[in-house]
Amino acid sequence: MTGGHRRAQATAAAGAARRAAGRLAVLAVWMFAAAASAQHEAALDPAGNDVADTASLQRGAMYFVNYCLGCHSAQYVRYNRLAEDLELSEDLVVQNLMFTGEQPFDTMTNSMRPEDAIRWFGIAPPDLSLIARSRGTDYVYTFLQSFYAEPASPTGVDNLVLPNTAMPHVLWELQGINRAVFEVDEAHGGEEVFSRFEQLSAGQLDAREYDQVIRDIVNFLDYIGDPTQLAREALGVRVIAFLLVFLVIAWMLKKEIWKDVT
Amino acid sequence: MGGRVNRRFGALVAWIDARFPMTKLIREHATEYYAAKNFNFWYGFGVLATVVLVLQIVTGIFLTMNYKPSAEEAFASVEYIMRDVDWGWLIRYLHSTGASAFFIVVYLHMFRGFMYGSYKRPRELVWLIGMFIYLCLMAEAFFGYLLPWGNMSYWGAQVIVSLFGAVPVVGEGIAEWIRGDFYISDITLNRFFAFHVIAVPLILVILVVVHIMALHEVGSGNPDGIEIKEHKDASGKPLDGVAFHPYHTSKDLVIIIVFFIIFSAVVFFAPDMGGYFLEHANFEPANPLQTPEHIAPVWYFTPFYAILRAVPDKLFGVVLMGAAVLLPVFMPWLDRCRVKSVRYRSWVYKTALTIFAVSFLALGYLGLQPATGLYTTFSRIFSVLYFGFFILMPFYTSLEKTKPVPIRVTK
Repeated sequence: MTGGHRRAQATAAAGAARRAAGRLAVLAVWMFAAAASAQHEAALDPAGNDVADTASLQRGAMYFVNYCLGCHSAQYVRYNRLAEDLELSEDLVVQNLMFTGEQPFDTMTNSMRPEDAIRWFGIAPPDLSLIARSRGTDYVYTFLQSFYAEPASPTGVDNLVLPNTAMPHVLWELQGINRAVFEVDEAHGGEEVFSRFEQLSAGQLDAREYDQVIRDIVNFLDYIGDPTQLAREALGVRVIAFLLVFLVIAWMLKKEIWKDVT
Repeated sequence: MGGRVNRRFGALVAWIDARFPMTKLIREHATEYYAAKNFNFWYGFGVLATVVLVLQIVTGIFLTMNYKPSAEEAFASVEYIMRDVDWGWLIRYLHSTGASAFFIVVYLHMFRGFMYGSYKRPRELVWLIGMFIYLCLMAEAFFGYLLPWGNMSYWGAQVIVSLFGAVPVVGEGIAEWIRGDFYISDITLNRFFAFHVIAVPLILVILVVVHIMALHEVGSGNPDGIEIKEHKDASGKPLDGVAFHPYHTSKDLVIIIVFFIIFSAVVFFAPDMGGYFLEHANFEPANPLQTPEHIAPVWYFTPFYAILRAVPDKLFGVVLMGAAVLLPVFMPWLDRCRVKSVRYRSWVYKTALTIFAVSFLALGYLGLQPATGLYTTFSRIFSVLYFGFFILMPFYTSLEKTKPVPIRVTK
């Protein structure tokens, strides 16, 4: 969008009635958002998770329940469905994943009230049922890797992927605390550009173990985003195999019927 | 035994025929409807459009059984379908993929018309009815896209409805009248649901029947652009035609299966098609306070969206976008060339048609990109080319030096 265009829009909005201004504001926001998204895109690392890895999903479920569910719900996910898909017995799920007296047919909700959350964090933590689909697995993976110490922030941390995030570094005990090193990039007009992380204090896990934990969580989020995906692909193979056989028969039928057409 | 069953069956048919023209209809539209024997690849998309229409209606009915058209419950009810309803995920993916598939086959079906002059005399009405179907399809897709009540649903509808606000004086009133509210709300969702599940599909089905009736009245065209009715044998059967049933039905069956193989590959292995068929931002519930990072309509509207954004003035942009959608309506009168098929037309039309196809695809791509710098420049260039194809058509087609058209169809 050209500067002249934006200026012309601004002038028009100033002169027009309030309703018209609102309408233009919507358009401007939309165009600005479109323009902004082109410039600002944090580089994401590939999550490299595999939803066919049931052991990883089981670990992911455990981490999710222990570290995420306190604040973030997964309101469309039922525990008994989880049990079935993750090849766990319902008893195992009740004993290991359900701590607050839920029923197996309940969905993964928590008892944090949105109004409390807004008071504590300024924002209600989003439901995570579909986060892997709306943001992508790479986003979540990189997000969970990219917390760094920021003394000015109320939580003591900030995040490279989502700057000014309200989320504290819930996994700090596992990862430890990193410091982000920014360097002045002369090529970009002296802008400060992220260079690398340096560990300030060690966590319980080394970098490789922590990476695996993150991958398991992302894998679990990927699975709950579309819990049918494994069954879907398995069915797809059979459907297409059937159609291929059907195609051969239909092709022979067509040949037979058309053989007298010259 | 067999003889008796046949006699009984014959008696039943006679009983029905005395009361309803069953045999007559089957003859006129299937066993004695003759269509050219040399249909190529491009002639398969009409039947595919019909198949997808049926698929959309059937899956739509099952979705409606579990979907809740309310701002409070819509998003959750779609997730309920995806997770808790038996086979709900399959029905939903068939429906969402079907929407995109519908536009793919319809665009190819229309392009077939551009290539082989399907809009020319005596098929002008077939073309006009087809264009009405296309407009209905756009409305159907637009209304349907709001129903999942995702954030892209919400803001997409907001942007499109706000376009009516560009009309001087009455614009805002019209936009408000469409929404039934000052902003996209529960009321809007309810009425869009009504349009999506009954009003538009009803018109769509009627128009499709009328489209086929008009086609069967004048007869199907062919890639050579000649009239097979002009050369008949002694019994009155066109020499270059074969009966729709069993010849074209058996061929269509093959086409339909090939289509479903490709369709299944998407449904089962990439139902969101990398964000093109199901947009990522639509997995977040509608949020009137926060726009998605980048609002783009689903791919099938992006060529027109690119034209809208290419124009600096909003009202003029809306007018041009509308014109871009409606211009193909006038094809029967814009094209002055008497030769139907591109096979026997000059390099002028072939070049123009190629430019048109490239412009349409390029605009489709540009409509998905942010409206910045170079993208806008290219949108403008391709918009000019797109309009040039139609507006200059009466001139360049009347000057065409065509090749001789064969008397009988070729292979």
